[in-house]
Amino acid sequence: MQIVTAALAGLVFGTGLVLAGFVNPAVVLGFLDIFGDWNPALLFGMAAALAVALPGYRLAAALHGKVQVTVEVAVALPHYPKGRRRKPLLASTHYLPTAREVDAPLVAGAAIFGVGWGLAGICPGPAVTLLGIAPLSIAPFLIAVVVGMLIVKAAAQAPVWMRRKTGQPSVADG
Amino acid sequence: MFGDIVMAVIGGALIGLAAVLLLAFNGRIMGVSGMLGGLLARSEGMGWRAAFLGGSIAAPLLLAVAGYRPAVEMQAGPVVLIVAGLLVGVGTSLGSGCTSGHGICGIARLSPRSLVATAVFMSVAIVTVALTRHVF
Repeated sequence: MQIVTAALAGLVFGTGLVLAGFVNPAVVLGFLDIFGDWNPALLFGMAAALAVALPGYRLAAALHGKVQVTVEVAVALPHYPKGRRRKPLLASTHYLPTAREVDAPLVAGAAIFGVGWGLAGICPGPAVTLLGIAPLSIAPFLIAVVVGMLIVKAAAQAPVWMRRKTGQPSVADG
Repeated sequence: MFGDIVMAVIGGALIGLAAVLLLAFNGRIMGVSGMLGGLLARSEGMGWRAAFLGGSIAAPLLLAVAGYRPAVEMQAGPVVLIVAGLLVGVGTSLGSGCTSGHGICGIARLSPRSLVATAVFMSVAIVTVALTRHVF
């Protein structure tokens, strides 16, 4: 059943992207091009998305369930009523990010992503949806995205000796 | 112009709805880069990720059947596309998210990390476009 709801959410997401024009790099770049012929569409689209998601997330947090609240859950979703843990309608738990610090990888990663997004006007969501519109055109981009992700994952698992050379702390060092 | 904005609002609202559905039913954050990463890492729960991404690919196919075909004007040539893709892959992996994960879901959660990440990638993207379109 969770597969069905995930598929439905994906369907709604893809439809939203297409209707809003966000699968069109020209629209996205038009928004980012504030010194040129500015296209405000993305701004209105994001505002609408947040207008739904902000209260929607509060609502989703208020679903019924009767399990002990955990610290992570209470911290990760600030709308959670204290003392009563809520759970999703189908899943047994929420899977929410627990990282709290604004750290270097976050900022560096966001900056690197920003350059990539500004170069082609394509980000992961629209890229995947574009497989249903122009698969051959978007394939090189998506393959490169996967390669980029694999590079980061490989670097995170760099052998201990390599990390010692660069002076980075290693998990093995404790 | 006005028609474009109306469509953007309608589409945006659907995007927000999708995020709420995924959280309400599956308890998951709607971050596409996270889903791709999860599939690559073979994280537990591959099914929902594949189902979501599959749904997002099916959407334009269904819309096309209904006669709605959006304009798609690729702006970048093959080399730039590949460079951009590499940067997006590295950046979203390092930064733990993209426009859907940080920009929509993270902000909806009032996450300080996501607010910062979104501010950073938005401003960097704007500078990138300014440089590539108006300087170089």
